[in-house]
Amino acid sequence: MSLLVVRVLAKAFGGVQAVKDVSFHLEAGEMLALIGPNGAGKSTCFNMLNGQLAADKGSVLFDGRELIGQRPRDIWRLGVGRTFQITATFASMTVRENVQMALLSHHGELFSFWRRASHRHGAEADRLLDRVGMLHQADRACGVLAYGDLKRLELAVALANGPRLLLMDEPTAGMAPKERVALMELVAGIAKEEQVSVLFTEHDMDVVFAHSDRLMVLNRGEIIATGSADDIRSNDLVKEVYLGGGTTFDTGREMKSHA
Amino acid sequence: MGFYLAQFLTGLASASSLFLVASGLSIIFGVTRIVNFAHGSFFMLGAYLAYTFVQILPQGIFGFWGAILVASLAVGLIGVLIEMTLFRRIYRAPELFQLVATFGVVLVIQDLTLWLWGPEDQFGPRAPGLEGAVRIMGEPIPEYDILLIFFGPAVLLGIWLLFNKTRWGTLVRAATQDREMVGALGVNQSWLFTSVFFVGSFLAGLGGAIQLPREAANLLMDLNVIGEAFVVVVIGGMGSVPGAFLASVLIGELNAFGILIFPEITLVLAFLVMAVVLVVRPWGLLGRPDVVLRGSAGPAEGPLQPFTSTARLVLFGGLVLLLAAPLILGDFEIVLLTDVLIFILFAVSLHLIMGPGGMVSFGHAAYFGLGAYGAALAVKYLGVNMLGGMVLAPVAAGLGALVFGWFCVRLSGVYLAMLTLAAAQITWSVAFQWQDVTGGDDGILGVWPAEWVSGKAAYYYVTLTLVGCGLFFIRRLIFSPFGFSLRAGRDSPLRVEAIGINLKTQQWIGFVVAGLFAGLAGGLYVYSKGSVFPDELAISRSVDGLVMVLLGGIQSLIGPIVGAVSFIVLEDLVTRLDYWRIIFGSIILFIVIVAPEGLAGFARRFLPQKLAGRDLMGGGGA
Amino acid sequence: MLEIQGINAFYGQAQVLQDISFQVGAGEVVALLGRNGAGKSTTMKTLMGMVNSTAGDIRFQGTPIKALPTHRICQMGLGYVPEDRRIFSDLTVLENLEVGKQKPRDGAPVWEAEKLFELFPNLKERKNNAGGQMSGGEQQMLSIARTLMGNPRAILLDEPSEGIAPVIVEQMAKTIQALKKEGLAVLLSEQNLHFAKLVSDRAVIIEKGEVRYQGTIRELEEKPEIRDAYLAV
Repeated sequence: MSLLVVRVLAKAFGGVQAVKDVSFHLEAGEMLALIGPNGAGKSTCFNMLNGQLAADKGSVLFDGRELIGQRPRDIWRLGVGRTFQITATFASMTVRENVQMALLSHHGELFSFWRRASHRHGAEADRLLDRVGMLHQADRACGVLAYGDLKRLELAVALANGPRLLLMDEPTAGMAPKERVALMELVAGIAKEEQVSVLFTEHDMDVVFAHSDRLMVLNRGEIIATGSADDIRSNDLVKEVYLGGGTTFDTGREMKSHA
Repeated sequence: MGFYLAQFLTGLASASSLFLVASGLSIIFGVTRIVNFAHGSFFMLGAYLAYTFVQILPQGIFGFWGAILVASLAVGLIGVLIEMTLFRRIYRAPELFQLVATFGVVLVIQDLTLWLWGPEDQFGPRAPGLEGAVRIMGEPIPEYDILLIFFGPAVLLGIWLLFNKTRWGTLVRAATQDREMVGALGVNQSWLFTSVFFVGSFLAGLGGAIQLPREAANLLMDLNVIGEAFVVVVIGGMGSVPGAFLASVLIGELNAFGILIFPEITLVLAFLVMAVVLVVRPWGLLGRPDVVLRGSAGPAEGPLQPFTSTARLVLFGGLVLLLAAPLILGDFEIVLLTDVLIFILFAVSLHLIMGPGGMVSFGHAAYFGLGAYGAALAVKYLGVNMLGGMVLAPVAAGLGALVFGWFCVRLSGVYLAMLTLAAAQITWSVAFQWQDVTGGDDGILGVWPAEWVSGKAAYYYVTLTLVGCGLFFIRRLIFSPFGFSLRAGRDSPLRVEAIGINLKTQQWIGFVVAGLFAGLAGGLYVYSKGSVFPDELAISRSVDGLVMVLLGGIQSLIGPIVGAVSFIVLEDLVTRLDYWRIIFGSIILFIVIVAPEGLAGFARRFLPQKLAGRDLMGGGGA
Repeated sequence: MLEIQGINAFYGQAQVLQDISFQVGAGEVVALLGRNGAGKSTTMKTLMGMVNSTAGDIRFQGTPIKALPTHRICQMGLGYVPEDRRIFSDLTVLENLEVGKQKPRDGAPVWEAEKLFELFPNLKERKNNAGGQMSGGEQQMLSIARTLMGNPRAILLDEPSEGIAPVIVEQMAKTIQALKKEGLAVLLSEQNLHFAKLVSDRAVIIEKGEVRYQGTIRELEEKPEIRDAYLAV
């Protein structure tokens, strides 16, 4: 059985059907990209999966357990990590403390009033930071990091409880092209090695075509195409509503010739 | 039946004046994001100026209405003057700091009014041509009230037209959302802000001026009306003028009928309604959820750092000095020092929820007062000894925080702040109006410490021990996993939820812990003074706490300590003088302009690195 | 049209711009390229007077504008379309345009709502809708239209393609070409090199707050080593 099985998920806002009967599945270790025009329902879809938004109907089975109706914090405890379009980190803590915070929550130590937080789970935090290439910045204040580093820190935080599914909302938004590639390679590596599944939304087609095992295109709340990068690139409907003439991103072949 | 109708109409008439004040407050807040405590002072000035102009201008209809108009315009100009000379300098400062500045203005205007008009109430004339009353269903209704009933909706219509049908209104609404962008589109923001301030102050002045035939101008008008105006603005929704109108009518009627049904709890009613509205509709009747009132003051806070060895040395030296103090100082100074210690604990407990907790409280005096009253009532009715009283003080405050906190943590930003204010007003009203139990305004007397600590020095040592332990515990707490979770929730509620933390629970616990220590401070206070009065729960006590925390600096634990010391010592010095408010207010304004990062942050700029600790924000890393 | 000579900028202690110099001529589209945090947005904010420059000189049509407040700079005919669009979400499309409106200016195309609706047909259908109800692509169009209402002679576009569907980005490219034809000077900050290549004449590459390369877009295409060093697709 697939790690994640989504069936006929739907949501309407004041009479407007934002998401219409979306169904898909995701295998362990698979990277699935969710793309589509602005306002197609990607964020709505995402927020129902992670519990921020209540679904009107449908079901989301994660490893056989229903996620619909659960709160975000409970979904995390089941093993679903998240990163946000605009990074959500703790600016007044050091890089290591950011990860330690997630570990403290994972180990159930939030109601400790006396011990020093910064002395807890340091080694485990460093291991996670090393995994995303941030160990050398562990003692820096999070508030002064470059944006690309914040994204990597966020990834380390999301990995703190050993999730089996990562939900990444526009993981490379606001990053430079080189950083985008580096981050997604890192994510792809983690997905493959640790069999973590990744569902991500993205606007950078270069990233999408290079790093997804499968793509799903959403338009007006409905999935209009699913398939490999080549399937999607050559799909006429997708070209019309989303990709356009292909002048504003790499067409794949050109990309390989650079590399 | 007729009586109830009359009562209803009276309610509507008072609603009009309230609406004028509240709409001005709401408009100013909407654009400048300043929670203007001084708005009540503008209302008061409106009444006093109208009183003066009525005497200067010729008698008759034109003279009377001319005086009201001139007074309102004058208040508008005073608002402009204050905006241009003061607020323009601090728009870039943190919002909470601006709030402290507005409180400085309140103090200055209070004393200026006292100086210009004297301490007596000033009775205005009746409106010419409207001295009589009309009989409606047999009940006499003052003609002036009838006029006021129409006045409110007319102003509402005027404001609506101004905001929706003029270019100025469009620009103001745009600036409410993104003032910098409005500037980048070629609009002179400074003048837009100034004009908004003019309109808002004009409305407050008008509200005060038209009230003159109904209520004598007096020196308590400012804080009385600001409390009600806050309630109205919050119930209606911050920034919503129609919301302010609805809420004014609601509060006007509530006051009119409340006095018939529950005469003994009239003062609580408005705040109870506000609490209920906020719990049901967390952003008021017509408000939006986007109002942010950030707890942080100044630039982004850096990571926590343990004491450096130099800092430990300084700390140890300080402790030795404090221990030796009774050997050096006289009784008078020791009492002052005891006060200072008590208020340090009070300020630090407030800092816990405002700084690391990110929850701004306008009503922390509630827990200080609950502690003081808890101990005093236990002494009076149960005859407990001092040990019992000292235990009951934090317990009573903690229980209060448990109840109020449960509601408060469900909100955020300025709404949370207002609900804490409401909670404090509720406790104050109970202490003030429930005379049989609390003694009302007369307070509770005769709460003296046990024999063995009756000396000033002995009591000082008790205070030093308890305050010292309290500070140590709070510091440990801030460095603990629990304290980290509070700061994490302040930095990013979204991320905290996404790593499995129930933020509301953490905040609630934080609220209760802060309440416990404020209660302990209250307990220490009541035994040091021997008595307690409702003042300990009043808005001004809460504002004292805010000023201590913000003047000191919200970014570290040393901030509230520096703030409390400076505040108490300064207050002790200036309150001996006539017109001390004007001096105290000016000092506050001076500090706000010179040291917008707080006194502790200001001093840190000049301190050697060894004492201040490593600079994690700057160097290091790639 | 726009001459930037040796400007600096600081955020607190950290220097974010160092000795930046370049020019944009009338009817020219210049792409400001570089990775995130390189200083592109800061450069634009400095031009608009939203960030202070401690050194150097900025001239717009020969007049120094460095010391002027933001609204004065805008009133001289320098339009700014910010990152993240910054639409007034409570105001309708027409009201958003009203905020941007300024008097007609000599030597600059005059825009009115009707004329802008020809350029952005989507906006016309939704002219009475609140800005906050529009999709990201529509908001980007509205943000550009709003700035054009000020009848600018030059326009700064900060990352117009960020987070926008490729099909809308293509429309955006056509819009920029149309503005260029009207004689506007355009300074464009971009991460999407494909898009930049489609519309710009010249490129300025910024890295760590300093200009590292200036040249025509064609030259840049012929120098993959520069692309790899600073942009690295």
